[in-house]
Amino acid sequence: MTMKWRGWALTTGVLAISAMAQAAPPTAAMLSNGCAGCHGTNGGSAGPSMPSLAGQSKEAIVDAMTKFKSGARPASVMGRLAKGYSDAEIAAMGEFFSKQKFHATNQSLDPAKVARGASLQEANCSRCHIDDGKEGKDDTPVMASQWLTYLQMQMADYLTGHRKMPEKMKEKVDPMSKEDLDALLHFYASVK
Amino acid sequence: MTLERRNFLKLLGAGAGVATAGLAGCATQQRGPASASTRKVVVIGGGYGGTIAAKYIRMMDPSIEVTLIERNDHFVSCPFSNLYLGGLMKDLSPLTIKYDKLAANHGIKVVQAEVTGIDAAGHSVTTSKGVFKYDRLVVSPGIEFRTDEIKGYDMASTPEIMPHAWKAGPQTILLRKQLEALKPGDNVVISIPLAPFRCPPGPYERASMIAMYLKQHKPGSKVIILDANPDIVSKKGLFMKGWQKHYDGLIDYRPAKKVTEVDTRNMAVLIEGVEEVRGAVINLIPPQKAGHIAHVAGLVGDDKKWCPVNPMTFESTLHKDIHVIGDSSIAGAMPKSGYSANSEGKVCASSIVALMNGKEITEMSGINTCYSYLSAKEAVSVTGVYRVNKEKNVIEAVPGSVGVSPDLSEVEAIYAESWLKNILTEMST
Repeated sequence: MTMKWRGWALTTGVLAISAMAQAAPPTAAMLSNGCAGCHGTNGGSAGPSMPSLAGQSKEAIVDAMTKFKSGARPASVMGRLAKGYSDAEIAAMGEFFSKQKFHATNQSLDPAKVARGASLQEANCSRCHIDDGKEGKDDTPVMASQWLTYLQMQMADYLTGHRKMPEKMKEKVDPMSKEDLDALLHFYASVK
Repeated sequence: MTLERRNFLKLLGAGAGVATAGLAGCATQQRGPASASTRKVVVIGGGYGGTIAAKYIRMMDPSIEVTLIERNDHFVSCPFSNLYLGGLMKDLSPLTIKYDKLAANHGIKVVQAEVTGIDAAGHSVTTSKGVFKYDRLVVSPGIEFRTDEIKGYDMASTPEIMPHAWKAGPQTILLRKQLEALKPGDNVVISIPLAPFRCPPGPYERASMIAMYLKQHKPGSKVIILDANPDIVSKKGLFMKGWQKHYDGLIDYRPAKKVTEVDTRNMAVLIEGVEEVRGAVINLIPPQKAGHIAHVAGLVGDDKKWCPVNPMTFESTLHKDIHVIGDSSIAGAMPKSGYSANSEGKVCASSIVALMNGKEITEMSGINTCYSYLSAKEAVSVTGVYRVNKEKNVIEAVPGSVGVSPDLSEVEAIYAESWLKNILTEMST
């Protein structure tokens, strides 16, 4: 049987090309692995300005990618790269990363700021950022263990108005001092 | 039986060599610990492509034995080496990775050896440390130089006088030393070969970084770019803008100037054999082709330069069961960049694991993201998402995904640092 097929395949050179169309559509892993060059293997980032995607909520990733694609969220490379994927593919990538093991980071953080941030979080943010930011609720992202630099860059985008804050977040953030906000970010970065 | 036949067709469709498809089919039928443990993949080259292919094969199917063969015990990244030339890094350690953690974390056998031959029919690789058998082979050897196209170029001695620094390591350090020794007022010549070459924006980033260094430390000196291409190959508008903003009068860009001859004694290069240009430092980047071993193994196509591959699997169209990734391969619209090689390594790993397990391959989806520095604090980027156009059987960019930064950006320089950190971590852990 093998020999028969082999002979047939060799005499029909077109087979390889025509049958190639039968390759399965890109899997979630095929789509997502490409991201790992910047976001780390399976989405666990080693670079302080790059968010970890491992264990992130699917909704938060889909929300971010959709807004990158439309231009609603400020971006550099992501605004262009997001246009390379269909909505269904973005959903598949969100699903892929949400299933990856949570990536704990080891960052040197000011313990005083972390402590202050912990109480601020409890009083102000814990209704949406559940379980010390370890849980994502709907499109609220997992904050725990994200790199401080990344969190600070995002907060700067919020404060300058480049990135639109959700209404509920704005109510809490607006009255806070920059020191308080920085303490909060220190806290989220510290959670493992 | 019907199912078996359909599976078989899929394997053929994947561009797999027929004989191996038979083998893989066999393995599928008698899948078990004994037969699985004998399946071997050898990867040649421990750079941006090879490390990733080796790692992802092991991640996707730990029953496949993977041996990574690399001539050095470490790897120095070309991306970001221009920052060292400009004085933004004091040494090459941030660009250097070792293989011990990669090997330990993923059970990859890393062998430090020189590959001398590939026996495609016999499925074996000959090295300075013996012969390695494989079921599938990944060849990721980077580039070699077409020095025969430059009269007077001696492969051994010329780069010691006119460094290319297009393979990072001692050449990069040599060029930096020459820049440091430059007398103020003397000029630096950068010679850029005709495209395609490794890292399309690289030479222009290098010009920016060297100009930055000259501006600070060598008053009166300038960079003369002799570009064999009719125009700046990549990120043109952004480089022009950056040069005007930071290095006005310090970069003398000359298009369509192909260096055809060198005169190391007089520190001169000749353009088309007639026009002579002299420099106190000459960074001569020769025209390029696939890595040496790709030529030895007969993996290079009719152009005698690069390796044609099946765009879905990166399997050579010339030798079955051998995949070529990274700079050496002809990957359609994907540029010859480190990030492309990383992405191709994953696509190739996915195909190899599917083929070796008698499973249907998945369509490729690739990414390129590449940053270039214009100054100490500003960078620009180019991106692309890539798929196979099945009618044309070629890798094309997804419309809208390809583009460059709107302007020079400090934020992108911050992202670029994390790009380096993440991609080198991916390769080394």
